[in-house]
Amino acid sequence: MRKFLLTLTLALVPGLLVALPANSVSASVDVDPHDKQSLQRGAMLFANYCMACHEASLMRYNRIGQDLGLDEDLVEKYLIFKPGTQVHDVMTNVMSQSDAEQWFGAPAPDLTLYARRHGPDRVYRFLTGFYRDDDQPFGVNNTVVSGVSMPHVLEVMQGLPEPRYEERDGRMVVVGVEEATNGKVSPAEFRGAMRDLTNFMDYMAEPVKAERERLGVRVLIFLFIFLIVAYLLKREYWKDVH
Amino acid sequence: MSETKSGGLMGWIDARFPATKMWNEHIGEYYAPKNFNFWYYFGSLALLVLVIQILSGIWLTMNYVPSGAEAFTSVEYIMRDVEWGWLIRYIHTTGASAFFVVVYLHMFRALMYGSYQKPRELLWIFGCLILVALMAEAFMGYMLPWGQMSYWGAQVIINLFAAVPVIGPDLAMWIRGDFIISEITLNRFFALHVVAVPLAIIFLVVAHILALHEVGSNNPDGVEIKKDKGEDGNPKDGIPFHPYYTVKDLFGVAVFLIFFSIVVFFMPDFFGLFIEPPNFEPANPLVTPDHIAPVWYFAPYYAILRAIPDTFGGVVAMGAAIVILFFLPWLDRGRVRSIRYRGLSFKIALGLFAIGFVLLTYLGTQPATGLNTLLSRVGTVIYFGYFAFLFIYTAFGLERTKPVPERVTMK
Repeated sequence: MRKFLLTLTLALVPGLLVALPANSVSASVDVDPHDKQSLQRGAMLFANYCMACHEASLMRYNRIGQDLGLDEDLVEKYLIFKPGTQVHDVMTNVMSQSDAEQWFGAPAPDLTLYARRHGPDRVYRFLTGFYRDDDQPFGVNNTVVSGVSMPHVLEVMQGLPEPRYEERDGRMVVVGVEEATNGKVSPAEFRGAMRDLTNFMDYMAEPVKAERERLGVRVLIFLFIFLIVAYLLKREYWKDVH
Repeated sequence: MSETKSGGLMGWIDARFPATKMWNEHIGEYYAPKNFNFWYYFGSLALLVLVIQILSGIWLTMNYVPSGAEAFTSVEYIMRDVEWGWLIRYIHTTGASAFFVVVYLHMFRALMYGSYQKPRELLWIFGCLILVALMAEAFMGYMLPWGQMSYWGAQVIINLFAAVPVIGPDLAMWIRGDFIISEITLNRFFALHVVAVPLAIIFLVVAHILALHEVGSNNPDGVEIKKDKGEDGNPKDGIPFHPYYTVKDLFGVAVFLIFFSIVVFFMPDFFGLFIEPPNFEPANPLVTPDHIAPVWYFAPYYAILRAIPDTFGGVVAMGAAIVILFFLPWLDRGRVRSIRYRGLSFKIALGLFAIGFVLLTYLGTQPATGLNTLLSRVGTVIYFGYFAFLFIYTAFGLERTKPVPERVTMK
């Protein structure tokens, strides 16, 4: 039910999103750590969908609240689903890694630093890259991770796209996915949601990014003033050196 | 300076400790040539970066945990939960690369203006020792975040020692302290990184500066300013380091800090060169990354290593690339110091050397494809060729130099 409400919320947020690229091997996504609304939507998607299996064991819930402008009640209501979790705890879940290996054939990697390890573009391509493949255990494959052991968790939202083929060196290879029409949201809305999720994962990998950029501008302004003073001081002293 | 006659607090101190005397010898009355150009900023900047690294390093040590289970998470703890921890860490990671940028430019200055020539041979050797210590410091420091590149980078380098004939494998195990790189290796590298090597660097920097102030600074004209002294006994072409060069270097510091801050605040990874993406994955002895690239400042030597088909031969070549620097004062038999008055062939050779070094730096970070290996070999030949050329060119009197002026010029 919560997922449905969330999709409804997402549908109601047309957003300022410019056209986001469809899935392809070169799709690029523009992440913006200052876009708090996008990050809030991304956080909800992450908590609702990803955290069933994945953890972000280096990220604290209340840090998300502080950085994204959510008070602790909202954080507890919309982001924390594991019983007994305090708002200052890190984002862990209840699935054990041995269970994951048994159920999916591979452990679910910790996602705290994933976007920094692989880059936001790859995250976006992966999230938008699921397609129907009946030979796979869960009936889906992925354009980024071939033979992926993760099910298409967002199928409710997106629907299940068909693969798009192109001929390369005489062989047909999957280069992207067709637009799915059997989901709860439109393809454009889905791409917007995946951009939000990617944005959140990029934020989570380096929560301080927005703050450091803000501080950096001030530091540079100070240093330019200091530079002028230092230059004038040097010129004054060096007047008599010929 | 009459340090015992003055009164007050300084007089009291000077009667017991040579504070004023040392200040005057090294700063207040140290006469430096007045014609220093752009290339002379990097000495004081190197000292600044050393101070930055020591201070930021002390604060990192307060929160870093040198253990196999905790090292990686403690670095992320610094990035997330420690007040200003992210800033301290980015200053330290950026400082590591800045150190090498500044030191490489500082050394290139010495090559251009012959600052290693007599009587500055020991000054140059102390400098080379600082470079070696700095490399050890950077290498061990890079292991501490305990990410995949920390682990596998160290694996590659330590395995080089295993290529030494006969004692190799035992030597590598002695360095690791274990059969594989483990927490034991991490702990000893931590000890060396935060105590032993910094002590050595500080000692060498002091020796470097003492040697400099004993022989006096060279300058872009390569003219010995001490030969021409005024009635006051000070060089006519010299000016007191303070205030002239303190204010000039202050300007250099401002420019440097602007570049430094742009990296720290806006691109701390610096396109994956200062902090490599695989290092955001915890060290895993069972999974080798696809492509193990050394940090950029080791890349030229790594490219030389890979240019040689035989591993031990590569190790020897890599070591020789550093060792040969120590012999430079005796390889260059030229009488003229500055590139301004040296032969055309010298200028071309030094230009090629610089291009070769940059080429090797690029190649060291790239996968070893057929073309890259070929180019690495060209780069290696250029690197060693410079020293061979310089010896032949100067020892057999082939160099046609221009007349060196009596006094420095203010270009």
